[in-house]
Amino acid sequence: MKHTISALVENEFGVLARVANMFAARGYNIECLTVAETLDPTVSHMTIVTSGDDKIIEQILKQLNKLINVIKVSDVTETDHVERELVLIKVAAEGDRRAEALRLVEIFRAKVVDVSPDSLMIEITGDENKLRAVIELFKNLGIREIVRTGKVAMQRSQKTKAARKPVEEAA
Amino acid sequence: MKGADIFLECLKREGVDILFGLPGGVTLDIYDSLYDCEGLRHILTRHEQGAVHMAEGYAKASGKVGVALVTSGPGATNAVTGIADAYMDSVPLVCFTGQVNTYMIGNDAFQEADTLGITRSCTKHNYLIKNVKDFPRIVREAFYIARTGRPGPVVVDIPKDVSRADAEFVWPETVGLRGYKPTIEGHIGQVRQALKAILGSSRPLLYVGGGAISADASDAVIRFAEKLNIPVTVTLMGLGAYPASGPCYVGPLGMHGYYNCNMAISDCDCLFAIGPRFDDRVTGKTDEFSLKSVKIHIDVDPTSISKNVPTQIPIVGQIGRVIEQMYEELAKTDPKVIEAFKKRIKPWWNQIAQWEKQNPLCFKASTNGKVKPQFAIQKLWEVTKGDAVVATDVGQHQMWAMQYYRVNHPRHFLTSGGLGTMGFGLPAAIGAQFAKPDKLVVCISGDGSLQMNIQELVVAVEHKLPIKVMLINNGAHGMVTQWQRFFYKRRYSASQFMQPDWVKLADAYGARGLRVEKPEDMEAGIREMLKVSGPVLLDVKVDPEEDVFPMVPAGGAVNKMILPESPLS
Repeated sequence: MKHTISALVENEFGVLARVANMFAARGYNIECLTVAETLDPTVSHMTIVTSGDDKIIEQILKQLNKLINVIKVSDVTETDHVERELVLIKVAAEGDRRAEALRLVEIFRAKVVDVSPDSLMIEITGDENKLRAVIELFKNLGIREIVRTGKVAMQRSQKTKAARKPVEEAA
Repeated sequence: MKGADIFLECLKREGVDILFGLPGGVTLDIYDSLYDCEGLRHILTRHEQGAVHMAEGYAKASGKVGVALVTSGPGATNAVTGIADAYMDSVPLVCFTGQVNTYMIGNDAFQEADTLGITRSCTKHNYLIKNVKDFPRIVREAFYIARTGRPGPVVVDIPKDVSRADAEFVWPETVGLRGYKPTIEGHIGQVRQALKAILGSSRPLLYVGGGAISADASDAVIRFAEKLNIPVTVTLMGLGAYPASGPCYVGPLGMHGYYNCNMAISDCDCLFAIGPRFDDRVTGKTDEFSLKSVKIHIDVDPTSISKNVPTQIPIVGQIGRVIEQMYEELAKTDPKVIEAFKKRIKPWWNQIAQWEKQNPLCFKASTNGKVKPQFAIQKLWEVTKGDAVVATDVGQHQMWAMQYYRVNHPRHFLTSGGLGTMGFGLPAAIGAQFAKPDKLVVCISGDGSLQMNIQELVVAVEHKLPIKVMLINNGAHGMVTQWQRFFYKRRYSASQFMQPDWVKLADAYGARGLRVEKPEDMEAGIREMLKVSGPVLLDVKVDPEEDVFPMVPAGGAVNKMILPESPLS
């Protein structure tokens, strides 16, 4: 099963290598990993997507925690959290296909960020399901190039059920 | 103050009195400062691997952090085997490696190696000092990390220009590592649950690993085991954590462990594991390992728990403290419950004794005039009254030492358990002798292992260390030939080799060389070895066809042992 792990780490050289090395040395796979500075410039946030059975995930969490530069680790998979990923798609957009591409952009609340006579570059953010759906649809038009950032994830704040709903929709 | 002087001042502040190393171009400034440094003793080794093993031997025997200092590139890569060894056996060690100038790093400079990258997988943590101002903080953190929690090696890479640069010396009063906070206290709920499981069991077994020794928790283990009269089995690394002469001791377990211990661990209903890591050399086939038992595991390192074998009652914490907590809970327990427990486990004790009777640890007396290796080690144990600090190398002799040298004290059996490093024994014995100058230190080695770091013998001679090397000489890589006998139809591929004249070799290094070839000369040979005041190499020519029994074939169930009478043997 896929797991999304959130980790706060020291913002120092070599920390990414340590984390990646732990996965490589123990034979665990990283499906994607994103890392960037937090509000505190000495701390970075990593979102790691990996997969494995319960035993493997338990070891991954413990082994990550064991790294001296790792401050906090949590598996957000089973918790109430928001996941997002950014994708840039360069899609063929000649003739009739341009209108269809723009229609899809509208439906998925995507954004056109570059235009050329025969193609469009489109920026889309969303969770994994949304991006999969978008990519499938654009495939029919002809995708020329695609770049993905990998997932970022954040746990939701504690709220009542009633208060949570509008936030979900807005997200 | 110059970086090199800051470095030495940091070592003194950390209480270091001895370091093992070998100089090189990029560490010349440090060595220049060492030249007239008081209070720090530097031991020049002949190889960097030797330096790290000496630091390990020193650390294992004393409980203090071992320190090694090597140069960049080949110096650092030579040290890697020792560092990896310390990592596998949780030895507190700080290894300082020289590095090329900061502005040269990454340019494939002469004698440059990516030490940080190379040692990342085999250190608890590692550092590259980029600014001389960070020197005291990094050294302080390195020692703190090496000795706290689960001990382990830390590498500090020092570029040449950093050791030459000037800065004011500022010693940090505290260590501030926000991501590193080892757990000391065990979770009280788990502690109570563990005690309940033990007192409710009928066939309990205490399974003690090296963690109990590195946590200096031996006294706590003895007190707890004897209060409840629970049988104690130990791992190779746990030898000495509970005395072999103690009333609860049943022996070591594992691939070459005692028959009764392997049977007991397979049949117990409550396995109380104190600081082992459920190594495959102990568990054998994990699917068939101790299936009838509830498992309690105390370890300071949470990653060790349920890594290989699922644990029902995990307790993360410092072993000594957790056992103390258990003891506190035990004091609150109704004495009748304790008495009922002791009564209930009597048949279990009888069963273990029965197993021991069925297949006792033994070897056949020599009939061909050749010395049996087990006999040699047993004699050493008798003559030294089991009081020596024993360092071993790796192979058959190591397993016989485990079986026949009955260890009574912690930090008295130094061996490479996790990595299985041939060449560990002699330098580790030298390090141990520096740590314990008044103790008798004996290195039990094999003719394959000893040749891997024989150059360090001259260090023992140079420093007049009274180290005794007992060489179990069978003219081969004994354990390899044993496997070839059992599993490869006696096809001895690349396992038998030409020998040097060991007596002459010892003489050439300035040590004393002795030889024993007949069983009847064994005791006299050992006594002669002990009589000589300086380092001695006793070459014991043993029967090359002798095998280590019992044996659990790799990947087999731990209770299915090959015994001397098995068809394979």
